[in-house]
Amino acid sequence: MGLDRRVFMGGAAVAASSLAMPYGFAKGNGTPKVVVIGGGAGGATAARYLAKDSKGALDVTLIEPSRSYYTCFFSNLYLGGFKNLDDLAHSYGTLASGYGVNVVHDWAVGVDRDKKYVRLAGGARVPYDKLILSPGIDFVEGSVAGWDILAQNKMPHAYKAGSQTELLKAQVMAMPAGGVFAMVAPPNPFRCPPGPYERISMVAYLLKTHNPTAKILVADPKPKFSKMALFQEGWGTHYDGMIDWIGPDFGGDNVVVNPDEMTLSIDGEVTKVDVCNVIPAMKAGRIAEVADVSDGRWAPVHARDMSSKADKDIHVLGDAALQGDMPKSGFAANSQAKVCANAIRGALTGSKIFPAKFSNTCWSLIDDDDGVKVGASYKATDEKIAKVSGFISKTGEDAATRANNYKESEGWYAGITKDMFG
Amino acid sequence: MVSGLRLFLMTATGIWFGLFLLGQAAFAVDLGDKEKGRKLFKLCKHCHQIGQGAKNRIGPHLNLLFGRKAASIDGFRYSKGIKRAAAGGLEWHADTLSAYLENPKNLVSGTRMNFVGMKDLDQRMDLIAYLRLFSDNPADIPEADPTVSDAGHDLDPAILALKGDPDYGDYLSGECTACHQTSGQDDGVPSIVAWPEDDFVRAMHAYKKQVRQHPVMQMIAGRLSDDEIASLAAFFANIKE
Ligand SMILES: Cc1cc2nc3c(=O)[nH]c(=O)nc-3n(C[C@H](O)[C@H](O)[C@H](O)COP(=O)(O)OP(=O)(O)OC[C@H]3O[C@@H](n4cnc5c(N)ncnc54)[C@H](O)[C@@H]3O)c2cc1C
Ligand code: HEC
Ligand code: HEC
Repeated sequence: MGLDRRVFMGGAAVAASSLAMPYGFAKGNGTPKVVVIGGGAGGATAARYLAKDSKGALDVTLIEPSRSYYTCFFSNLYLGGFKNLDDLAHSYGTLASGYGVNVVHDWAVGVDRDKKYVRLAGGARVPYDKLILSPGIDFVEGSVAGWDILAQNKMPHAYKAGSQTELLKAQVMAMPAGGVFAMVAPPNPFRCPPGPYERISMVAYLLKTHNPTAKILVADPKPKFSKMALFQEGWGTHYDGMIDWIGPDFGGDNVVVNPDEMTLSIDGEVTKVDVCNVIPAMKAGRIAEVADVSDGRWAPVHARDMSSKADKDIHVLGDAALQGDMPKSGFAANSQAKVCANAIRGALTGSKIFPAKFSNTCWSLIDDDDGVKVGASYKATDEKIAKVSGFISKTGEDAATRANNYKESEGWYAGITKDMFG
Repeated sequence: MVSGLRLFLMTATGIWFGLFLLGQAAFAVDLGDKEKGRKLFKLCKHCHQIGQGAKNRIGPHLNLLFGRKAASIDGFRYSKGIKRAAAGGLEWHADTLSAYLENPKNLVSGTRMNFVGMKDLDQRMDLIAYLRLFSDNPADIPEADPTVSDAGHDLDPAILALKGDPDYGDYLSGECTACHQTSGQDDGVPSIVAWPEDDFVRAMHAYKKQVRQHPVMQMIAGRLSDDEIASLAAFFANIKE
């Protein structure tokens, strides 16, 4: 894709004009085509809602290489021993059989924005009238000195769930008595702001039972992180003395790892570690660059319908999108997907387009039955997705409230995965 | 605790309550006449005891009610509904009691308290003034639990009469199904399908007015208009469980 394709730059407000009359369909035959790249939180939801609500008036294709999607959400609970790996796996069978989504297990490797088709690794070309990208994240090369993707077996990121998560857990279980678990935390913005800290809590929970003299070392480039007061309170009460969090004041932003030696250097001070969970800086999944809708890191979108600012026929959801105030979460991707599906269906079939509205809630488990939550609601402005109101758990809450939060989060997980995969 | 700014007012004549600021409006309502309340308590008597030596009967005893967490009397078998509301932060104060007594389902869907409700605000205030006598230092109000008056959670009948648009409800339901399952299955988040529309509307307005405590639902309901709530009620009522 060359720069010459940036013809739609500037993003005129086109959604409204498409309300009354469906598009002239690119491929000549009757049913308008929507292609979704990425069958994760955003993509699966969008495909399901498009197919469900259009009742056959749209031809929906979902392109996703994996046959099973392992949710990153709740993967920390697998580390802590609260969930099995199987609990995190979801297949695409219901989307295909129950909703008529055409699920293609392949990688998208190219997007021709002029001719409007997607090229697959297997060679096929898939035409579209509207294209949705929800490819999640990739890592910024060179963001952690000494680490690259080839080192991911020695120093796993476990920030895409599945084998990486399993590997990280196996490494924690194999730590020698009194060993050191290290994490290199990512800079903003990144997927799931409380994720690394929930992970620290769950690793501490695991070690407390299996290896109580072990230590946890966190090198963090950020002076503050999500739910910081809640996590620090919880670490104090449940895992006193186990967790050493090193912020940028003490060199948390000046880190070098050596995967062969299994060392971590913080501000020049070298520590030998037994497990090193490196979570690098992130950017939109590569296909966003390939389609040339990325600003170099993320893909800017219009808040009202998640359409790309570079191309009115491409929409970007979830982690990959640069949208404003929403965190990069599965909940957010699911919420954005429904707004996007409603707008695309309106544009292609003339159905009514309702105003955009978004919300998000993220739970984190700190210890057995000690759950906390943070949430907010959002609206679409011309400029961005803007926060309207929010809430967060308080420090010092009673045990019943915290236990209830955890129960609620289990209910949410069951609900939202059904909302995504049917 | 109920959010909103609570101020507190007392006069020499007895128990005068509350400036309760909810949004822009401020209310000041007399808590009521405890003598009238004593007579009204006969409506509660065959299920509840109050006063010295009170025991749990069909309902729990009602001593030391003010400031008490809901469903917290040891040895009483409470419903799942009220236990969940308690875990969500429900405490007994004048405002929450008023909502509960007006229609127990306002606050707690699935409560075992089988009481039709007391529609009259003055009667509720009288009864609450009476219940207040059996809490800590009833005369010494400023040191005791701060209580507030009813803040008008009485639902306008016009709101209950609104006819919702199920198609709009269908679109809006997308926000709900991130947590509530359309199958009605409860894996930790309650079922909201196939409810009587009135109960649904009452529950949503109780969150919106922050009479129900749950922060997630307060945020979500807080953004919904009366029409939107009616549309959601219409949509969810017609999903088969
Ligand atoms: C440890 C951890 C804990 C988390 N906890 C929570 C939580 O509690 N709550 C919450 O809401 N969120 C949580 N998240 C965040 C959540 O997982 C992500 O924000 C969410 O998955 C983003 O959805 P998405 O659709 O943007 O991307 P993803 O869900 O990552 O989906 C992207 C999909 O696209 C596919 N793909 C990529 N490139 C291509 C291509 N070229 N062709 C075809 N397919 C492609 C990938 O295979 C993948 O399946 C957590 C994340 C982590 C790492
Ligand atoms: C038919 C029996 C019945 C009647 C009549 C009744 N209640 Fe109840 N009440 C109950 C039951 C049962 C519960 C427990 C609710 C649950 O488990 O959901 C309860 C609960 C309560 C609670 C909550 C107590 C707690 O510990 O959280 C209060 C307050 C209350 N009732 C007050 C009253 C008042 C005041 C009246 C009279 C106007 C009244 N009730 C009438 C049966 C009754
Ligand atoms: C982030 C998760 C989440 C979302 C999104 C959500 N809810 Fe809820 N809802 C809950 C939880 C948790 C409860 C239980 C709250 C309590 O104990 O008071 C609840 C309770 C309710 C109740 C009362 C149920 C009862 O048994 O008393 C209703 C009605 C309701 N929700 C409707 C909705 C509607 C309508 C929407 C969408 C507009 C919605 N909810 C969105 C989590 C959610």
